[in-house]
Amino acid sequence: MVKRSYNQTPIKAQDPKVRARNFDEVVLGYDLDEGRLEASRCLQCKNHPCMLHCPVMIDIPGFIKKIEDGDMDGARKIIAKYSNLGAICGRVCPQEKQCEMACTLGRSKKFEPVAIGKLERLVSDWDLDNPEPVKAIPHDKGRVAVVGSGPSGLTVAGDLAVKGYEVVIYEALSTPGGVLTYGIPEFRLPKATVKKEVDRIRDLGVKIETDVVIGKTITMSELVEDFDACYVGVGAGAPHFMSIPGTNLMGVYSSSEYLTRINLMHSYKFPAYDTPIEPAKQVVVIGGGNVAMDSARSAMRLGAENVSVIYRRSLEELPARIEEYHHSVEEGIQYHWLTNPVAYLGDENGQLTGVKCIKMALGEPDESGRRRPEPIPGSEFIIPATTAIEAIGQGANRVMLDTYPDLQTNKWGYVDANEETCATSVPGVFAGGDIVTGAATVILAMGAGKIAAKEIDEYITNKTAKNTSHSA
Amino acid sequence: MFKVTAYERLTTNEYQLWIDAPRIAARAKPGQFVIIRMDETGERIPLTICETNPKDGLIRIIFQVIGKSTAELAEYKTGSELLDVVGPLGTPTAIKNYGTVLLVGGGVGIAALYPTVKGLKQAGNRVITVLGAKSKDILILRDECAKYSDELILMTDDGSIGRKGLVTEAMEDVFNREQIDQAWAVGPGIMMRFCTQVATKHDVPVYVSLNPIMIDGTGMCGCCRVTVDEHIKFACVDGPEFLGAGVDWDSFMQRMRQYRVQEKQAFEQYEQLRQVQ
Ligand SMILES: Cc1cc2nc3c(=O)[nH]c(=O)nc-3n(C[C@H](O)[C@H](O)[C@H](O)COP(=O)(O)OP(=O)(O)OC[C@H]3O[C@@H](n4cnc5c(N)ncnc54)[C@H](O)[C@@H]3O)c2cc1C
Ligand SMILES: Cc1cc2nc3c(=O)[nH]c(=O)nc-3n(C[C@H](O)[C@H](O)[C@H](O)COP(=O)(O)OP(=O)(O)OC[C@H]3O[C@@H](n4cnc5c(N)ncnc54)[C@H](O)[C@@H]3O)c2cc1C
Ligand code: SF4
Ligand code: SF4
Ligand code: FES
Repeated sequence: MVKRSYNQTPIKAQDPKVRARNFDEVVLGYDLDEGRLEASRCLQCKNHPCMLHCPVMIDIPGFIKKIEDGDMDGARKIIAKYSNLGAICGRVCPQEKQCEMACTLGRSKKFEPVAIGKLERLVSDWDLDNPEPVKAIPHDKGRVAVVGSGPSGLTVAGDLAVKGYEVVIYEALSTPGGVLTYGIPEFRLPKATVKKEVDRIRDLGVKIETDVVIGKTITMSELVEDFDACYVGVGAGAPHFMSIPGTNLMGVYSSSEYLTRINLMHSYKFPAYDTPIEPAKQVVVIGGGNVAMDSARSAMRLGAENVSVIYRRSLEELPARIEEYHHSVEEGIQYHWLTNPVAYLGDENGQLTGVKCIKMALGEPDESGRRRPEPIPGSEFIIPATTAIEAIGQGANRVMLDTYPDLQTNKWGYVDANEETCATSVPGVFAGGDIVTGAATVILAMGAGKIAAKEIDEYITNKTAKNTSHSA
Repeated sequence: MFKVTAYERLTTNEYQLWIDAPRIAARAKPGQFVIIRMDETGERIPLTICETNPKDGLIRIIFQVIGKSTAELAEYKTGSELLDVVGPLGTPTAIKNYGTVLLVGGGVGIAALYPTVKGLKQAGNRVITVLGAKSKDILILRDECAKYSDELILMTDDGSIGRKGLVTEAMEDVFNREQIDQAWAVGPGIMMRFCTQVATKHDVPVYVSLNPIMIDGTGMCGCCRVTVDEHIKFACVDGPEFLGAGVDWDSFMQRMRQYRVQEKQAFEQYEQLRQVQ
């Protein structure tokens, strides 16, 4: 046998100089040979720690073995047991903090972990290109309504359809997918891939009704009345603003607006698409998460002269995926660590001209154990900017919640649901994903959908059994 | 797909559509709006629901052509189909019996005011309505507003119908004459701002309907933010109606101009294309 390489099999990616100016996917993916080579690095550990650190517990050594054997059909069948959205998770999961972090190979000094995410992507992309005919299943076990078509809603819907339920997903926007469609940019997650995954859920018999805002177009009470059970997966995309002076100047955006204009409305193709976006010249992004990286890298692709990210802590605390951070640096994005904005400055026409910032120093640790950044008096300085994008976090989507007070929420405004069962304060109404946890990850939202599908199946089965025994 | 069931050109620049949208028709209340996207490359345009016919599942909208998207919408004749129509969005007008109410509408804002006139009349108010326009031939919904108003005052810039002058002059007269319990003003930003000044001077609370640029219309982007009583509010969910006295008018009107250069570019390109075809 060939000696195991210390490093992961290199993956093709667009050259940073080129890709910084286009919206095409950055990472190009393995071909079958590269995949087999990478798969051969796996030790096939009996205790499979990788699996235990995957939120949906995919049989990782199992599917990797199949790749090594060249059995792609076998590999896809294994992944399908655990995940409906492999092509998405393989691309955007924070693998380095989950499966790959636990990988035995990676834990030994010299070796990099097996590239589990990239292998998962390989299998799932192959699967999307070589679809299996779906068997027609009768949907006669009951009817379930799903509110929101993000990863959480899609997962619960797909699983329930397979179990024999008639499922209708209601989506407020014109296109399904939630954050996968309007938030995560094309260059990390091609919309064609999202569309294929969504179409596959449709092929299972799930009906998706777009342009329906639950709470406005149809009320939640009506759904509860009409369906045997409901799942709430409305996400947490409502932008927070720092509310510093100048927030209403032209050129100041929330990341939600900036990314929605680009991803959902395709404003980067203006005027072929009608929705405009400000030309990016000097861009400042505020925040340090994935959302900040996505905003900064999008601005670069819109042709910005320079883009800088300001973050109030330091690189060690950066919440974004490290791969995305590295990609952003390669693309020429600059960082101001330990910096916080205090005001937006504008000209007489109300156009943004700069962001006034202050330097921070790390003080005593706070409740989260992270050292709290504190402003250094007198350290103010100005970064010239024509566009500023706030990516400082989001809150619960409230449209439905505000019209349905029966559903209990917690002090942060998220739905109060049991994380083990997704049950809420209303019998027959289940909830999961970002609307329960606050902004989290695709795979956690999907995991909640998996749990909920099981619980909803049980709930309806029991209810039906009771009704039958009563009427008997 | 949402079918246009009736199309009418009301004035040189204003059009009316009835659209088949049964769910929206069943639920819409005065003050609410829809967002329309005509086709795959279209932008999302918010338009007030002017009237509904729940029995036949229809909604009525009236719009003014001011840029590319509205010019294109004016091409959607009877029988054509709109890709997306979503609603009813926004918080409905607080319809109840206030006593005597004064409603002021200007230009295409009259379309948005009309359901409120009707609603307030049906709730038992004594309704005084002031409508303003440049001239007689572009004054819309005159007869319909008259039907639900105890008194209708018309104001035109050129005096071609009613009195010559601004709606604020008519407001002054009414305030000086009698006690008004609640007022509304719907129209261009500048008009609403002056109406707010006049009403505030007379200690009458006035609702205005803010129409900032919007994207999703469900509270998820913050594009439509306006500052009211020093707090950031999202017009698509918290509004579009707000008490005028608390509105930061300068920043509201400024933000409306954000995409002026691009809008002009899009419109010119559209006009050129249309001439070629
Ligand atoms: C820019 C960005 C980048 C990200 N990058 C990553 C990443 O790299 N890796 C990762 O794992 N996670 C990432 N995340 C987080 C991840 O996308 C979310 O955790 C995940 O999408 C949550 O899924 P969800 O199904 O709970 O909700 P969402 O994806 O938010 O979907 C909710 C859906 O519900 C709809 N909806 C809301 N209210 C209603 C209503 N009343 N009626 C009908 N429909 C309604 C919304 O329109 C939306 O489509 C990122 C998030 C953002 C914003
Ligand atoms: C809640 C709400 C209700 C509305 N109701 C009506 C109505 O009943 N009838 C009607 O004629 N118009 C209404 N509008 C305004 C209408 O949405 C805009 O006129 C339309 O979007 C302009 O698109 P356009 O491409 O033709 O013009 P653009 O070329 O996009 O814009 C020209 C100018 O119009 C303004 N504008 C642009 N986009 C918007 C927008 N989304 N909202 C408001 N103003 C904008 C700006 O000042 C801009 O400079 C409403 C707007 C809102 C927010
Ligand atoms: S779903 Fe995420 S955590 Fe699980 S194996 Fe795939 S990449 Fe790893
Ligand atoms: S821990 Fe790493 S080496 Fe072990 S089975 Fe999992 S992927 Fe393979
Ligand atoms: S239009 Fe997006 S929040 Fe109001």
